[in-house]
Amino acid sequence: MSKIVIPDSVLKVSGLGKIYGPITDGAIERTGSHVGTARDYQTGSIVAAWDVNFEVAAGEALGIVGESGSGKSTVLRCIAGDIDSSAGDVRLATFENGESNLLSLDAATRRKMRIDQVSVVYQDPAEGLALGVTAGGNIADPLTAAGWRNFEGIRARARDLLQRTEVPLDRMDDIVRSFSGGMRQRVQIARALANNPRLVLLDEPTTGLDASVAAGVLDLIRGLLEEFELAAIVVSHDFSVIEMLTERCIVMHHGRVVENALTDQLLEDPHHPYSQKLVSAARA
Amino acid sequence: MTMNAVYNGSNLDSIVGEDPGIPFALLDEESKREIRRALLHAVCVPGYQVPFGSREMPVARGWGSGGLQITLAIVGKTDIVKVIDQGDDEGVNAVNLRRLVVTSTGIEESSEVVESTIIQSRHRIPEDEMINSHTLVLQVPVPEPLRGVERDMRELARMHAEADYSRMWVSLYEDKVRNGVITQTTGYPCLVNGRYVVATTPIPRWDIPRLHDSQFLTLFGAGREKRVYAIPPYTLVEPLTFEDVPFEVEQANGARCRLCSSSESFLVESPGTNGDAGTWTCSDTAWCRARRLK
Repeated sequence: MSKIVIPDSVLKVSGLGKIYGPITDGAIERTGSHVGTARDYQTGSIVAAWDVNFEVAAGEALGIVGESGSGKSTVLRCIAGDIDSSAGDVRLATFENGESNLLSLDAATRRKMRIDQVSVVYQDPAEGLALGVTAGGNIADPLTAAGWRNFEGIRARARDLLQRTEVPLDRMDDIVRSFSGGMRQRVQIARALANNPRLVLLDEPTTGLDASVAAGVLDLIRGLLEEFELAAIVVSHDFSVIEMLTERCIVMHHGRVVENALTDQLLEDPHHPYSQKLVSAARA
Repeated sequence: MTMNAVYNGSNLDSIVGEDPGIPFALLDEESKREIRRALLHAVCVPGYQVPFGSREMPVARGWGSGGLQITLAIVGKTDIVKVIDQGDDEGVNAVNLRRLVVTSTGIEESSEVVESTIIQSRHRIPEDEMINSHTLVLQVPVPEPLRGVERDMRELARMHAEADYSRMWVSLYEDKVRNGVITQTTGYPCLVNGRYVVATTPIPRWDIPRLHDSQFLTLFGAGREKRVYAIPPYTLVEPLTFEDVPFEVEQANGARCRLCSSSESFLVESPGTNGDAGTWTCSDTAWCRARRLK
């Protein structure tokens, strides 16, 4: 256990797996990319993700690509603790010196860890924001959770974050429900950055936004990842997002990682047959 | 044409007192013991809402049944009880509750704080000094301070268990942003003993500082919601407020009591008639009367 965390990696994920339904012998062999299904025909269990391994360094963004249902979001949500995993070990170098497996934290500790270590930006802003609360109030939430008790201090921090995420400051005291999709997503990003997390998990951050708005949000995310030296995981089925934000990515298919490559290389010269199909479909 | 029962005047002797079927303080001993156990739990964990088996009382739930059950559970033969409603000993509800306590126990009643041992109240803490011989019993309509920000009972339990009060802070932040001041008046949320946030319903902000480091024991009872909680003597009680937004009590600038001309008590306004300005009077009537007699 002593060499679990490699010094320069912020996040190390090993053997992560999630199975819905009974776990029986042979379920792993009966599912996966080579079989062409994530469903175990004997029990009906779904092997949503299995044997997922990767590391992410500070300032690096890792992409997870794959079709709908391939297990991308499952991996992300297991790391975030939104869902319980069935197997695996996830360590964050900046949390308890990498000595704790994030997957085995109790709910209260996990919630504390999420305050200033790991943030998630969801595809649907309603999942990451309280829509009936103002933009400033949504940022005040993680700040007060981290112990901020100075009203003007909270206001200044919220202003700063909204400015960085290009939300007009005259909208700071409007409720988020009155915002457009793109602006809600910017508020969600501002909130995610509130306590300077070390790891940001982005789940389809621009899906559902129109092309020009999405481009603006992507620019913003790229700039912030660089500026704050964040480790990030970007889940997307959209190769333009992956190409723009990540240097490295993994390809998932029926719950398994089928390829682990540099993003450029994957797009130019995919090795796995499924990756080839995926890339050629995207490039057509 | 015969009547089944004859109304025998104003006293309730026919149903309480000598009748061995009605126990001392109305409730049976097992019920009182159960409520006292819940109260002990509440005193041991200041601010924690303890569930209890709220009994049917001869008053409707929401009309002081929680406070009444606490009073009946703790009252002894030598106690002297004072009951107020909106600071007034002569309020209809106060009179009825007090009469119920007195007739079912035979103890003395008083409107003087200094003479009383148990003070049951809705809306106010008496202006007079209270010491460690007093127990304050408050009738609480809504014991859950987080009710306004969360409805799911399991989530509420989790938030209390983890002391996760950030959404309470967000609601204060939003209040300040929208209104320029924190507008919540009665039931201002307070952190008790640095751990649990409690609803101080129904007392006004004016009375909140009285709860901090008090000499007396305060017991809160919510009959409809089946919860009791407590602030023991000498306990830290901090109203939730931002460092740079000082907690302020209600102010009626320049107002004085019409009767005793006090400006240092909690005043309530009576609307004027025919467009005249309203007048102010002390909310604590016993205190006001004593001041006038001096």
